Amino acid sequence: MERILFGDNQFFGVNHASDEKSREQLIKFKKDETIIKTLDIAKAAGVNTFMCTTYDRIANICEHIRNHPEKYVGYKIYPCMPYAHKYANAVTELGILGALKAYMPRNIFTTALKGGMAYLSEDHEKMMELLIDAEMKMFHGVDTPVIFLQNVVTDLLLGMKAYGMLAAFHGYVKKKYKAEAGFITMNLPLLSSVLENLGIEQPIICASINKEGFRMSGGRSLYEKVIAEKKNKVIAMQIFGGGFINADDAIEYIKSIEGIDSILFGASTSDNINRTIQQLNI
Amino acid sequence: MEHKIRLGLIGLGKMGISHLAIAGGNENIEVVGVCDTSKLVAGFIEKQTPFKVYDDFRLMVKESKPDAVIVSVPTKYHSEIIEELLDSHIHVFSEKPLTLDAAISQRLAEKAELLGLVNQVGYHNHFIGTFEEMCRLIDKKVMGDLYHFTAEAYGPVVTKEKDSTWRSKPEEGGGCLYDYASHVIDLVNYALGEIKQVSGIQLKKIYSKDVEDAVYGTLHLNSGLSGILSVNWSDEAYRKMSTKITVQGKNGKLIVDATELKLYLNGAVKGETYERGWNTVSIGMLQDQVDFYLRGEEYTAQLDYFVDCIKKKKTGEHNRFRDAAKTDHAIEMIRKSK
Repeated sequence: MERILFGDNQFFGVNHASDEKSREQLIKFKKDETIIKTLDIAKAAGVNTFMCTTYDRIANICEHIRNHPEKYVGYKIYPCMPYAHKYANAVTELGILGALKAYMPRNIFTTALKGGMAYLSEDHEKMMELLIDAEMKMFHGVDTPVIFLQNVVTDLLLGMKAYGMLAAFHGYVKKKYKAEAGFITMNLPLLSSVLENLGIEQPIICASINKEGFRMSGGRSLYEKVIAEKKNKVIAMQIFGGGFINADDAIEYIKSIEGIDSILFGASTSDNINRTIQQLNI
Repeated sequence: MEHKIRLGLIGLGKMGISHLAIAGGNENIEVVGVCDTSKLVAGFIEKQTPFKVYDDFRLMVKESKPDAVIVSVPTKYHSEIIEELLDSHIHVFSEKPLTLDAAISQRLAEKAELLGLVNQVGYHNHFIGTFEEMCRLIDKKVMGDLYHFTAEAYGPVVTKEKDSTWRSKPEEGGGCLYDYASHVIDLVNYALGEIKQVSGIQLKKIYSKDVEDAVYGTLHLNSGLSGILSVNWSDEAYRKMSTKITVQGKNGKLIVDATELKLYLNGAVKGETYERGWNTVSIGMLQDQVDFYLRGEEYTAQLDYFVDCIKKKKTGEHNRFRDAAKTDHAIEMIRKSK
């Protein structure tokens, strides 16, 4: 993994500090060209990995990368799945079964498997594999060496103690996509001990790590202790706490923590991108 | 080791599953049983998790002997289940709204209080730092005498004409009024005062056939203050539910959502750090961190509060049945006035 990874929240109006900023960003990045232009600014500054949620629009970015192979030599995408609000809104409206039906590949419910759902409902690993394949379709021909499970799913499985599913995700991503599994979480200490007990060595964990302890469940000092043990490959995200932590302080803190392998950040303007990369690199 | 609260869950829809995961991540809780009639969900819990699954809540209560139960079944089943749980001397956390009949909600509140049982409803906005600060600012009259408010929520739940579930049936507690709007109405009751009367109500169908997708109207409070309610769950311009309260007073204006608090003051107020003009505070500066996070600190915080009340044998001050009964009453007024 590279030291600095470029994130996608700013492109899709995900802003944990302000709904208003979120709307401004949605307007700014309405066109795919604007996203591509911004990715290219980060690329020119030496950041060759884009970590993104599996929104429908990412398919267009992948298409662009496939169409310009000479420009994107060595460029990597780390997909993060699923885009949870899509499912959550569907569950509120259609119920759990209805939502699954809406997003499962269509052929399962037609001729191939009569009573497909009843059959599938007993094979949870298989159901997850089908959902992973559906989300991975758009990335064909693009280098995706790490595939992430979004925090809402990681933490849901963690809380429900459905540990086997975490192991199944890890195993399937390796087998089918020759990729490493990554886990995004808001509960790093708990996840770290669970993955260790599952026998998963040096798992990739992406978590909020910042000076103010924002979204660091269990507290900052426990995080620092677990990270220092170096049992995981750690990616720090939300280093600015979603925007309320002073940028210089945030960067000084994150650079002082030993055991962090990579730092994920996103920004919309060329100035912010270049300045942050420069500060992180010093 | 300290005694853990023995918790049961009835209903494993979106909220039930979320509660289960949060309870599973809580060191003060032992989940002793979960109950759902859906084979799909029950099958998953049975095979993939260590929790004991039932398809009959009475059997679950009898066998697993919970101290407390979370009820997150469709609203029309709430009253019957909650009544039986209270009769069995079990503390109850219910999803919102409490019931479809304000008189029944009030009776359940009285019963729970008489029996000394902790009773709480899942209006989670009370546990969001920005809304908590909003309540403090209103109580301290920082914006001066209030003359108007706007209470809004928008989101993309129903954005196409589709198959029906219980959420598309008004008699089962479906529709935007019982869902999105109940949160906003509850926030008004909690932060600004009890709703006495409603007027100019419009319940609009947009994509749904049998239920409203939007609720608009005027709310009149006991205090004499009035304001606008505007809620729409068919608004695709929003990525997820967004709730916003704007309060206007003679000394300023307050705009609050789950991410940010913005306060304009005509003049500074003694004892407050807010300055004249615009002040903005991000949720990161107002929210206490939790021990296990899923979807938002407030979901964990409300369950922590429930468990804390049980442990300390206190009735609690947030989201009691009696508060939720007031919200059910306002919902009833809105439904009847159309």
